[in-house]
Amino acid sequence: MQTGWSNETLREIFPAIWDGFVVVLQVTLVAGIIAVVLGLLVAIGERNGPVWLRRPLGAVFQFIRNTPLLVQVLIVWTATSLYINPDWSAFAVGSAVLGVHYASYTSESYRAGIDAIPKGQWEAATALNLPTGRVWGAVVLPQMFRRSAAAVGNWVIAMFKEVPTLFIIGVMEMIAEARAFQGQHYTGAVEGYTLAGLLFLAASYPVAVAMRRLENRLASE
Amino acid sequence: MRQNEAPREPSGPGPIIEFDRVDKSFGDLMVLDELSFRVDPGERVTLIGPSGSGKTTILRLLMTLEKVTPKADPERDGGVVWLEGKPYSHMEKKGVLVPANEKWLRRRRSRVGMVFQQFNLFPNMRVLRNVTEAQVHVAGRSKEEAEAKARELLELVGLAEKTDEYPSRLSGGQQQRVAIARALAMDPDILLLDEVTSALDPELVADVLAVLRDVAESTSITMLCVTHEMGFARDVSDRVMMFDSGRIVEQGPPDAMFSEPQEARTQDFLRAVLAE
Repeated sequence: MQTGWSNETLREIFPAIWDGFVVVLQVTLVAGIIAVVLGLLVAIGERNGPVWLRRPLGAVFQFIRNTPLLVQVLIVWTATSLYINPDWSAFAVGSAVLGVHYASYTSESYRAGIDAIPKGQWEAATALNLPTGRVWGAVVLPQMFRRSAAAVGNWVIAMFKEVPTLFIIGVMEMIAEARAFQGQHYTGAVEGYTLAGLLFLAASYPVAVAMRRLENRLASE
Repeated sequence: MRQNEAPREPSGPGPIIEFDRVDKSFGDLMVLDELSFRVDPGERVTLIGPSGSGKTTILRLLMTLEKVTPKADPERDGGVVWLEGKPYSHMEKKGVLVPANEKWLRRRRSRVGMVFQQFNLFPNMRVLRNVTEAQVHVAGRSKEEAEAKARELLELVGLAEKTDEYPSRLSGGQQQRVAIARALAMDPDILLLDEVTSALDPELVADVLAVLRDVAESTSITMLCVTHEMGFARDVSDRVMMFDSGRIVEQGPPDAMFSEPQEARTQDFLRAVLAE
């Protein structure tokens, strides 16, 4: 069994890792949409929803925020495949769990953005008798997004870096690909993991820089 | 000590606003204590008094930003704000008065407009849209109609050339004048002015007051005004009401109130304010 670094192996493993990287991006897209949209709905629901909904909603997302992603992934995957539908793919279930998990964080960032809006804005909206939909759509959400965009963006980057957690249920992202390659060829672990790390860095660093620019721009306006 | 108002002729036009033994407390703090008064249509009333005397709370109740502290039996004990002869803080349900719900308030409060101490313009909208937003989405006017009205009002407040600016690019005085235009755009019967010059640099106060003098002269709108600008109060108002601890200390026409206040508390208060 070869143990040292091999450029030959690196070349051989690259297509597999690249496939895994594409899967990571797909998961990020699906879970990212869930995290961004569901988080917003939760934040609005906790603030403006019917009273019977607010507490349970808060409790559920408090629970999600305070338990490990890995545990959630395993529980949901086991439960769905045993009791609901064994045909659901690991990709679908994993993306959903990851998205909901991060929605529990993004909702907090949205909530902070909503809370930061001065009380006078709500009062002016009331004084003008604006309907609830307009108050949120035209007054609150536009101001909230400016305050929350950077934080939510950072959560999506953090989420992107946690996609490998899903290898535990068999989502063929980069780590799973590296392990599969190693299983077949008895080599490539070091090269595969290194490549995975570099691809993560290459993808998330520019986004992080862009997010920081966005943050500065929104703050300065 | 409290000056009771004469009973009203049943035939004449009724008061546009009536507070009937209204209580308002925040927790243990009693802000309004069995407060009763009436305002006639078109009347300009200035509320004065030390801070914490309940003036702003009266405006906030009229704008439904606060709710009255409910009494068990409104028919007998009052605690109701009436607007244009109909219950406002309450609504009739199966023949009895119950605290108003949001639907009722939404229907009634559009008769009332308010200008705030802190302007409260929407920072994400340009000046023009600040003035058109409610016209389009509450009054149901077309965009063209709303914009024409907004331009007319912005002209009136001397800001015709600022329609495309964001509020953050305007001075406090300019923002407040936009806020006045925004409130007037909804054609309220009642305009509430809550210390509208208190947050302004001294040199910007005059422009805002000039606009309000204009409004007072050119319209028949009912105005309730909380202010420390006694000159403005004297020029514009028909009646000055002096408050202390949630009660009316005395009230009367501005000349009488400012030159010969009867109550010691009014005298002290005016001396303190005019010495500023």
